[in-house]
Amino acid sequence: MSGWFSNIDWSDIGQACLDTLIMLGGSLVLTILLGLPLGVLLYLTGEGRLSESRIANGALGIVVNILRSIPFIILLIIMIPLTVMLVGTSLGVAGAIPPLVVGAAPFYARLVEGSLKEVDRTTIEAVQAMGATTRRIVTGALIPEALPGLIAGATVTAVALVSFTAMAGVVGAGGLGDLAIRFGYQRFQTDVMVVTVVLLVLLVQAIQFAGDRLVRHFTRR
Amino acid sequence: MIRLVDVEKRYAGTGGAALAGVSLEVVRGEVFGVIGQSGAGKSTLIRLINALERPTAGRVEVDGIDVAGLAPAALRVLRRRIGMIFQNFGLLSSRTVAANVAFPLKLADMPRAERDAKVAALLDRVGLTEHADKYPAQLSGGQKQRVGIARALATDPDILLCDEATSALDPETTRQVLALLRDLNRDLGLTIVLITHEMDVVRASCDRVAVLEQGRVVETGLVTDIFAAPSHPATRRMLAALAA
Repeated sequence: MSGWFSNIDWSDIGQACLDTLIMLGGSLVLTILLGLPLGVLLYLTGEGRLSESRIANGALGIVVNILRSIPFIILLIIMIPLTVMLVGTSLGVAGAIPPLVVGAAPFYARLVEGSLKEVDRTTIEAVQAMGATTRRIVTGALIPEALPGLIAGATVTAVALVSFTAMAGVVGAGGLGDLAIRFGYQRFQTDVMVVTVVLLVLLVQAIQFAGDRLVRHFTRR
Repeated sequence: MIRLVDVEKRYAGTGGAALAGVSLEVVRGEVFGVIGQSGAGKSTLIRLINALERPTAGRVEVDGIDVAGLAPAALRVLRRRIGMIFQNFGLLSSRTVAANVAFPLKLADMPRAERDAKVAALLDRVGLTEHADKYPAQLSGGQKQRVGIARALATDPDILLCDEATSALDPETTRQVLALLRDLNRDLGLTIVLITHEMDVVRASCDRVAVLEQGRVVETGLVTDIFAAPSHPATRRMLAALAA
């Protein structure tokens, strides 16, 4: 052994960190933008809710369940044609973001639906009795009341996205997970493996810490 | 002012009717009580008045308007004339006391300055001025219900619906809230419909009362008359429970 860290190219590590952060940031924002309305729709069309519709709820539920049942590594591959249509390439960081969003948004939507179901029914009824439109009930009451849960859900989703990004190396997106597989595993460079895993652990810890702080900040109970 | 004509309400999937052949009339400016045990259909009845529930058959009228037949926009306008308070208060836990009271005014697009003045006046009316910036979780049950009342009154309604509004409160707080409701009835000419399972509440606050038993109105009349000479066994039973 020629000493620990001998295999490590710190500029590679830096680039991988950057790639992971860009994939995570970009896909998390889009996942929330897509998953939040989807979760609201799942909630509103549910049984006994404001816009109850068995057909709409059933259809949304099937789509969400199908997307959630496809392993991410497969989703990455079968989405290639769609990814090319959306971002012009199926490769690199840009090529990884569409499958990351499609993989994570249905997951977040279910978490959103769950948080909204926790909102006190009487509160919703009270706002309804004031003469609020469904849109105002959602934006003025449901979402603010569920905010801590929505943030906690986004935190869980962000952590899931970190592990998804590890597979994005398949489409050449790079990132820490890719480094761990190509160098740490395939070239037996244990030090690279250790460094990337430690960085991923730190990233997940930071996400969880920030998420918990935000949840506490917005909790009024 | 409020009229129910032969109202029937059935819920899909359940066998019996929650309400069957209910007819009653609430006169402008009175405090009208509906008393019954849990499961008698009280909650359903009061929710028909602001169309949170729709009747399966029969008519529900407010000022001669068929409530269940209103288009969504017209229903929202009507709902601003009907305040409602709840057993569990239904306050927005993410908003301060002042913001809770301001919420219906925001929905009605009232300008900010006017809104602030109105909220201040309402909080003063219910005695919560110093709690304006607190969140509901920091208040006692009685204070929460006062917020509920202030919020229900924000759009200057003619009608106030009280859904077991004092059932979660202790006897002393119940007395205070009922006294406040009586004051509002007298000062603002507010028509109040309240549902309860407690005869005490009826005696302390209502002019007239309807006794509901298994989805049917079995007795209606002046509170004084009903207390003096209850005609239906259900009424006698509830009065006996009160005396015990």
